Amino acid sequence: MIASFGGRQLGTLFGLIGLCALLTVLTPHFLTISNLLNVTEQTTINAVIAVGMTFVILSAGIDLSVGSIVALTGVVLGSALHSGVPVPAAILLSLTTGAVCGLLNGLLITRGGLPPFIATLGMMSIARGVALLFTDGRPISGFSAGFREISTGRPLMIPAPVLVMIVVYVTAHFVLTRTTFGRYVYAIGGNEEATRLSGVRVGFHKTMVYAVSGVTSAVAAVTLTARLNSAQPIAGMMYELDAIAATVIGGTSLLGGSGTLVGTLIGALIMGVLRNGLNLLGISSFLQQVVIGGVIIAAVLVDSLLNARSQRRRARIAPSPAPTAGSAEGITR
Amino acid sequence: MTVGDPCFALRMTGIRKAFPGVLALDGVDLDVRQGEVHVLLGENGAGKSTLMKILSGAVTRDAGTIEIDGRVVSIESPRQAHDLGVRTIYQELTLVPHLSAAENVFLGREPRRAPGIIDARRMREQTEGILASLGVRIDPGHAVRDLGIAQQQMVEVAKALDDRARIFIMDEPTSALTDAEINELFATIERLTARGAGVLYISHRLEEVSRIGQRVTVLRDGRRVATHDVRDVTIPQLIRLMANRDLAEHFPKRRTMRGEELLRVVGLRRRGVLHDVGLTVHRGEVVGVAGLLGAGRTELARAIIGADARDAGRIFIKGAEVPMRHPAHAIALGVGFLPEDRKTQGLVQTLSVVDNIALPSLGRWSRGGIVRTSRHTEIGRRLVQDLRIKTLGLQQTVLQLSGGNQQKVVLAKWLAAHADVLIMDEPTRGIDVAAKVEIYELMNQLTARGAAILMISSELPEILGMSDRILVMRLGRLVAEFTAAEATQERVLQAALGHAA
Repeated sequence: MIASFGGRQLGTLFGLIGLCALLTVLTPHFLTISNLLNVTEQTTINAVIAVGMTFVILSAGIDLSVGSIVALTGVVLGSALHSGVPVPAAILLSLTTGAVCGLLNGLLITRGGLPPFIATLGMMSIARGVALLFTDGRPISGFSAGFREISTGRPLMIPAPVLVMIVVYVTAHFVLTRTTFGRYVYAIGGNEEATRLSGVRVGFHKTMVYAVSGVTSAVAAVTLTARLNSAQPIAGMMYELDAIAATVIGGTSLLGGSGTLVGTLIGALIMGVLRNGLNLLGISSFLQQVVIGGVIIAAVLVDSLLNARSQRRRARIAPSPAPTAGSAEGITR
Repeated sequence: MTVGDPCFALRMTGIRKAFPGVLALDGVDLDVRQGEVHVLLGENGAGKSTLMKILSGAVTRDAGTIEIDGRVVSIESPRQAHDLGVRTIYQELTLVPHLSAAENVFLGREPRRAPGIIDARRMREQTEGILASLGVRIDPGHAVRDLGIAQQQMVEVAKALDDRARIFIMDEPTSALTDAEINELFATIERLTARGAGVLYISHRLEEVSRIGQRVTVLRDGRRVATHDVRDVTIPQLIRLMANRDLAEHFPKRRTMRGEELLRVVGLRRRGVLHDVGLTVHRGEVVGVAGLLGAGRTELARAIIGADARDAGRIFIKGAEVPMRHPAHAIALGVGFLPEDRKTQGLVQTLSVVDNIALPSLGRWSRGGIVRTSRHTEIGRRLVQDLRIKTLGLQQTVLQLSGGNQQKVVLAKWLAAHADVLIMDEPTRGIDVAAKVEIYELMNQLTARGAAILMISSELPEILGMSDRILVMRLGRLVAEFTAAEATQERVLQAALGHAA
């Protein structure tokens, strides 16, 4: 079932709480309002990209191109702003660019029959290359204060990037749980052939999944550009890995079909808090990489061990369907 | 013949195997002499493949003894079977396509020059020797994927052939071969038996029985019905032995008035699979489609609903020609499909009962792309009640339901989508008897309400017990049509086997 808060999410949430508690004990600088705001703000970029990644992974795909799309849509935004395009139009242009990249990914996969890994690996290189060509490898910096409000603004006392993230999550959660498109994403990831035989236009919906991923990458690019006051063609390197990690730590199955955005958000926060905590503790950035890699592996390892155990339990019941059917009957009567 | 008689390569006594809801083998005796080809015949589901799996160690028996070369043995795993000299040549070949013939033959037991270093020359030479002893000429260095199917089969035999190989089990080895290739295979089999090996040969081709075999055993419903010397039986006798199953199973068939034509298929073709198939199904009618495995029945269903492309053919619904190039068209036109494999094609196992039921109807039930959960729950609850689906609740994942209840969920999908033409592929496969009867009752209710059912089944009693008309397919063609009154197990089986009465 796609309960918005199953046992798996609860486990991840406890992981996050435990991590926070540990850091509170280890350093007095962790549990302060300014630091928590800082962590949340830093998490927003990855959290927003991870929304699209969750859609993609739920459909049993993968998107390696998100980091490069962040760079490309960022420089498109930056150059549009520099050439005097009004802010809303520039943002729209950036989002459209992200959508087009995603659509291309989707069409290569559904029409061209490429494995998602290959199609998005290609797009990863192409989008990066186009961003570099477009800017000649140089950053586009210095934007109007109005645009930078996207990073510095505090509507309702909430940092604007956090608000953006909340809007993205609420919208995406609604789409996943309450629209036909969202339900199809789960169905396709769970069993593509059965879904196709149920009359669902699998190709179309899979294509749209990648478009969603392109758009969320572009949204992340907008907040990133505003925060840095600069659009850089080398931005977003390795972002795909952080987004995949957040999604998977959040409990979305790489096989597709099961997972939630609530889990992904917690997963992204775990990644953010971990980075922040390691910084506060003064741990070298080299060692940080080792620790983060270990946490990703540990999270998924625990998950697969638990899965294997519950599957063994199920296997012990399964060979004799009669008693289970009987007990179920007892309940329905 | 006494226990421990060494002239038997293989001797099985009282083999019994039960699966949930099915007694697959009920005290079967079977022996294979050294140097003999013993042919095993039986309808789909007679127990041939279970017997084969027990011998090859893929399945363990519940009771019975197995002797090999006069010694009582226990076969608990494929490895043990292999160590005892049992070699199984499956219908689906198990070769690695891009490795060479020699590499395939020695896969996992490569001759070595030093630890970890393969002695490629010795491997080549030995393979050459083995292939030559089988009387086949294949370059051992050739990648297997470039060989013909018959040659690949020879490589498979060569792979199985070593000093310890005593018993060869061959599962319909000629099903994909041309006549010339069959001759080649039979020559190879003769060489095997000349070395004293025993061969258990499973086939559907009755004309092969006397060509290759010395004795023939017929299985029916998990029991051995006869073992004969091939010189003592005729093909019609064998057909009679294979058919004539117990009709003790209960078929609650109720006939309904045949109404207007709902589905008409004309000149359906799919290269190599379907050849000019045409049929009609009317309101209130169950049309059964019988045939052997591989006769093209599932392919027919998939081509009708547009799951697979058609090379030619026209489809009419209620007399009007329709495109049907995608399952989505089929659903829009009220045609539902219950695939033969519920797990991989009928259901999304990760989704709940209600989500599976709603899947084909989501688009129609939603407003502006937003699903209306209350509607799903309402319709889902009604169908769970009507179909008596035993579930802990609408939100239970279908993974946890029993086979019969899973099949009811698939049926509920199409009822929710208001399908009035239902194409059911093996609707009761793997379902226990009580649930089968329930499915039959549901079919009655559906036809009484004016639905049309096209039912594909490998179980002859089911075909005869539930159909108003029976179509028989063979090698991608419709070869016979019977009314319920005309049809007998023997006539249907004869048509399916290609032996007209």
